[in-house]
Amino acid sequence: MATFFGEVVVAPSRAGVDDEEWAEEAREETPEDREIRRELEKKREIDVLWTLKSGASTESSADQLFVCSKLVIAIGHNAAAFLSSFILDSVCWEIVGVVKLWNEWCRTSNSTNVLPTDSFCLFYRLVSDPTVLLCQCSCYVAEDQQFQWLEKVFGCMRKEGLQVTILSTCPVADYKTQESTLTLPSPFLKALKTKEFKEQVCCPLLEQPNIVRDLPAA
Amino acid sequence: MFVPCDHGGGSAGPDLKGFTLLMPAVSVGNVGQLAIDLVISTLDMTKVGYFYTDCLVPMVGNNPYATAEENSVELSINAEVYSLPSKKLVVLQIRSPFIKNKYRPFCQTLLSWVKSSKCARVVLLSSSHAYQRNDEQLLGTPLRYLLTPDLEKAVGGLMQELNWKEMEKVAAYPGIDDTDKVLHIPGGGITKLLFTESCSKGIQMAVLLKFCSEGDNIPDAFALVNYLNEWLQLIKSEVNTSSQWKIPSSWRLLFGSGLPPALF
Repeated sequence: MATFFGEVVVAPSRAGVDDEEWAEEAREETPEDREIRRELEKKREIDVLWTLKSGASTESSADQLFVCSKLVIAIGHNAAAFLSSFILDSVCWEIVGVVKLWNEWCRTSNSTNVLPTDSFCLFYRLVSDPTVLLCQCSCYVAEDQQFQWLEKVFGCMRKEGLQVTILSTCPVADYKTQESTLTLPSPFLKALKTKEFKEQVCCPLLEQPNIVRDLPAA
Repeated sequence: MFVPCDHGGGSAGPDLKGFTLLMPAVSVGNVGQLAIDLVISTLDMTKVGYFYTDCLVPMVGNNPYATAEENSVELSINAEVYSLPSKKLVVLQIRSPFIKNKYRPFCQTLLSWVKSSKCARVVLLSSSHAYQRNDEQLLGTPLRYLLTPDLEKAVGGLMQELNWKEMEKVAAYPGIDDTDKVLHIPGGGITKLLFTESCSKGIQMAVLLKFCSEGDNIPDAFALVNYLNEWLQLIKSEVNTSSQWKIPSSWRLLFGSGLPPALF
C-alpha cells in the first residue's frame, strides 16, 4: 500500500492475531474485568423465542422438543429473499419462532411483524405438515454468537430423522478457480453434503480449495 | 471436545496412549498449519475425529487432501484429528482463527484432552515475526526450539547433537539491559500460552518455530517440516528432502483465481 517515506505500517497477519490482544488476554482478569466481560457476554446472548399454538411467546423448555423432519435455513439477505419470493406465503406457512440478538452489525427484535429490509431471524412452520420448518435469517450472526445460535436452535429439536438444508450466498469474487471469475457464468450453484445425505444433489459439489465459513459452516 | 469418527475406534475413541501429538499454532504466515498439511498429506493419515468447539471461527469444505474423485467428497471442518498408529503419531490440524477471548479456554480444554488421552508428548509447530528479531537473531538459522522441563530431561541431549538453537529469552523492557529476561514470541498466536501452561502442568511439550513474514509461506512450511523431520524422522531424509513431501490438492490457488485475459 502507498505510504509516505518513513512511515512504518504493521502488516496485518493472516494468523488473525493482534499482539495487543494477546497482552490483554495474558493479564490476569480483575474482578472489574470479569464483571465487564460478563455484562458484554449477556448483551451478546441470543434468545430463541417460540410462539406456541395459543399465540403467546415463550422460551422453549427443555422437555418440549420440536419434532422436525425437514429444516430449511436461509442465511443472508439473498437466501431470505429467495424464500420470501418463491416459498413463503401467509396461507401455507405460519410463524412459530423468532431469534432476538444484538451485535455491532445489527439488532433483531422479538417482533414477528418485520419488513423485508429489516434484520430478522424468523422460523416458519408448514401448516399442512408441522414437522417442516423454515428459517429466514437475514441478520448477521457474529463469530462469537454462531455456536450459541446453533446450540439454542438445534437444542429445541429432535434430531433423529432430521434433514437440514442450508441456503446461502457468497460473492463470486471469493470463488477460487483456475480461470478468472470474470468469465464465469454467474450466478451458479455449488453444494456441500454430509455422507449421511443419500439423495441426489441438484448441482455440482464445491471443489477444493473453496470453503464455506460463518453461520452456514457452523 | 473431541468427537471420534466412526472408524476412529468407535464410541470410545482411538487409543492415543503414548502417542506424540503434533499440532500447529495459528501464527504468522500460518506456517505451522501449512507444515501440518504437508505431514498429513505425505503420510496419508486417517482422520479419527474432530474437535467440537466454539473457540474457532466455523468453516467447512470438501476433503483438502483429496487425491481422486472418490475421496474428494468427505467434509472437513476447522479442527480435525488424524492418526498414524504405526508411528504412534496423532496430528491435530486447526484451520481457522480463534474467536476473540477464546484462546485461553481452548488451551485449557486442549491440555486436559492431552492429559486424559495420555499422549506422551506434544510437538507444537509455530512461527514468529521475522521483523521483531534482535541483532543476534538476524544471523544464522531462522529455526528455533523450546522444550518444557519434563521433555528437556528426555530429549535435551538430542537437540545438542542436532545442533539446534534454543529460542532466546529477551529483556522484558527492550533497551534496558538489567531487567528480567522473558519468553517473547510475537506473532506466535497461542504458542507462548500453551508452552507456559504445559510447563506448569508437567506436560512434555516441544515448540518448533521459524522466523518469517507474511507472504508466500510455502518455503517456510517446507523448512519447518524438514526441521521437524530431523528429530522425529517421519520420512526418510535424503539429499533433496523438499521433493519428498506431498503437497495437498487444497494448496491450489492459494493466492486466488486465475487472471482475466482482458487484463492484458
